[in-house]
Amino acid sequence: MLTARYIANDKLMPWLLSLTETRQVLAPVQAGGQTLFAPLDENSRLDLKGLADASAKAALLPRCETLFEFHYSKGEGVPSKTELEVRETLPDQDTFLFGARPCDAKGFTVFDRVYDAGTRRDIYYCTRRDKTLVAALACTEPADTCFCNRVGGGPGDTDGADMLFTPVDGGYVIESVTEKGEAFLAEQPLMEAEERKEEARKVREAVSEAMPGGDPLGGTEGEVLRLFDDKEFWGGVAAKCLSCGACSYLCPTCYCFNMTDEVNGDDGVRVRTWDNCMSFQFTLEGSGHNPRDGKAQRMRNRIGHKFSYYPELHDGNLACVGCGRCIVHCPVSMDVRAIVAQARDRALAKEEHAND
Amino acid sequence: MASSIDDLKSAIKKALPELDMVIAWAAGPDPLSHTPLFITDEADVERIEWDPRCSQNLAGYLPGLRGKKVGIVVKGCDARSLVELLQEKLIDREDVTIFGLHCTGAVDARPVRKALGSTRGLESVAVDGGTARFTVAGEAKTLPLAEALQKKCFTCTGADAEVCDHFIGEHGQPPQVTETPTTTLEELEAMSMEERLHFWEDQMTRCIRCYACRSACPLCVCQDHCAAQSREPHWVDQTDHPREKLMFQAIHALHTAGRCTECGECERACPMGLPIMTLKQALNRSIQDLFDYRAGTDPDQAPPLFEFREEEKNIKEREW
Repeated sequence: MLTARYIANDKLMPWLLSLTETRQVLAPVQAGGQTLFAPLDENSRLDLKGLADASAKAALLPRCETLFEFHYSKGEGVPSKTELEVRETLPDQDTFLFGARPCDAKGFTVFDRVYDAGTRRDIYYCTRRDKTLVAALACTEPADTCFCNRVGGGPGDTDGADMLFTPVDGGYVIESVTEKGEAFLAEQPLMEAEERKEEARKVREAVSEAMPGGDPLGGTEGEVLRLFDDKEFWGGVAAKCLSCGACSYLCPTCYCFNMTDEVNGDDGVRVRTWDNCMSFQFTLEGSGHNPRDGKAQRMRNRIGHKFSYYPELHDGNLACVGCGRCIVHCPVSMDVRAIVAQARDRALAKEEHAND
Repeated sequence: MASSIDDLKSAIKKALPELDMVIAWAAGPDPLSHTPLFITDEADVERIEWDPRCSQNLAGYLPGLRGKKVGIVVKGCDARSLVELLQEKLIDREDVTIFGLHCTGAVDARPVRKALGSTRGLESVAVDGGTARFTVAGEAKTLPLAEALQKKCFTCTGADAEVCDHFIGEHGQPPQVTETPTTTLEELEAMSMEERLHFWEDQMTRCIRCYACRSACPLCVCQDHCAAQSREPHWVDQTDHPREKLMFQAIHALHTAGRCTECGECERACPMGLPIMTLKQALNRSIQDLFDYRAGTDPDQAPPLFEFREEEKNIKEREW
């Protein structure tokens, strides 16, 4: 890290509000008993305790994004001909995303490998990514359901972030991570804090040690894949699943989408909306055939994608950052950690059995 | 409840050889949340938990398991869902073995998690004497019921499973609450129509369209063929507009009008904490006024909107 700055607790909100003059500031705020990332204004109740109920992914991948607008009109001169006018709608708002936890920020690296992949760049995502500064906030109170440490992350990690805020006595030490973060901090009227970097490091270290334990969940690509045809295993795992989409929609790494034209009279929009693999319609083909027509196949895909197919394509990086929201908010309290551990045990037991 | 759990386990052990499975609750991944347990092996009976963390209404699994012999553990509210499923012939009485319990109230994990601060080392949860008691890392903590229980518990019409094959433990009354929180329905009734619309638009802004409300509803049996995701007919569009999301809630509420037993699963499952059971409560009141009917009480009755009468007792159409 290059620059370190310090901001006192009582200066934080005024400083964030000052940033809203030139850009949108997204931060975890209380709304109806929940803590969600929302545009900050003077009435917002900032909540920096623990993890927000939903991830920050909508900052870069909105729940619903207009890809373009269109309008039908009668052709001039030839009334039988319909003309179509299409208008581009690229995102143009500068954003400061404040208070994303290290797991939320790491989730963006999962998106980057898909939406910003060399020549295959998704212009909507990439524009938003370029226009967004990600200010991560190191965790100090990991929950029972937190497991970033088991999927290659940590409560003070900086992957995917431009700067990191670490709570210290009386305020926050802010350290830049990227050049973008460095350039931003250099322009801000904040105190130098070189001498407090060590204090911040110690805070992060203490939290890492307080994380719930457990074996790493990475490196199980082969095991999960070996169970692909194991109907009994996936049927058992998925028995209590309701096949809703809460886990996917709260997940900082789930990036699948649907595209539909929503037309009203002569005007319409093509929208890209979040989709999720737990839904029957996700793989429903035009013919009516559905290759994943049961919840067991859908669960297999969800676990497989996160812990097998994605890491196989992306140098072993998992599509899970261990935020645990899928566990906390699952209506039936499913535990992704337990499923992966069970898959590994079962695959290894099968292998041993085959070798006997 | 501690004494009931041993009786419950022995009753299940006794019945299990005749059944394909028994559905109960076990300890969950978070100390405040228990999780459904599908028992096929006697060894799993020991994993059963029974305390105010056993929130989920397990009856919703039954229509999907039709044709199998299934045992199920139910609280008072869950048993009313069973009655509704029986009335609608979505399950077969002879295939279901019901283990009924008396419920002292089900905790609402979300506010309790916030009120307790940390749930690390949470060992036990109990409701008695109008208080919710928690033991966290050996330390006793209490919360008033108004802060600890799910909203449905304050309008509970019977804490005992009325319809069952084996009643376990003692019969009793719904939780005794001295301070009942104001319901969202009461708040809404004090508002003008315009304010009500603004209230719902504000709430629906938070909806993420995961449809956990629908998937958790024991009476939502269309599931994979839901109007929410249908393109043809195109009832709701896929945009993020609160009115589209409210439209879905209106469809859901109307589909369950006269059927909804207010088990609260829609609201419990909602990760955004939206007060969506209120819509069903409002319709239930109308159903009661119009048809003098409360869902989930009598397996031999039929829901009023399942029947056609030339003239309803309370709807004097010909006199209009």
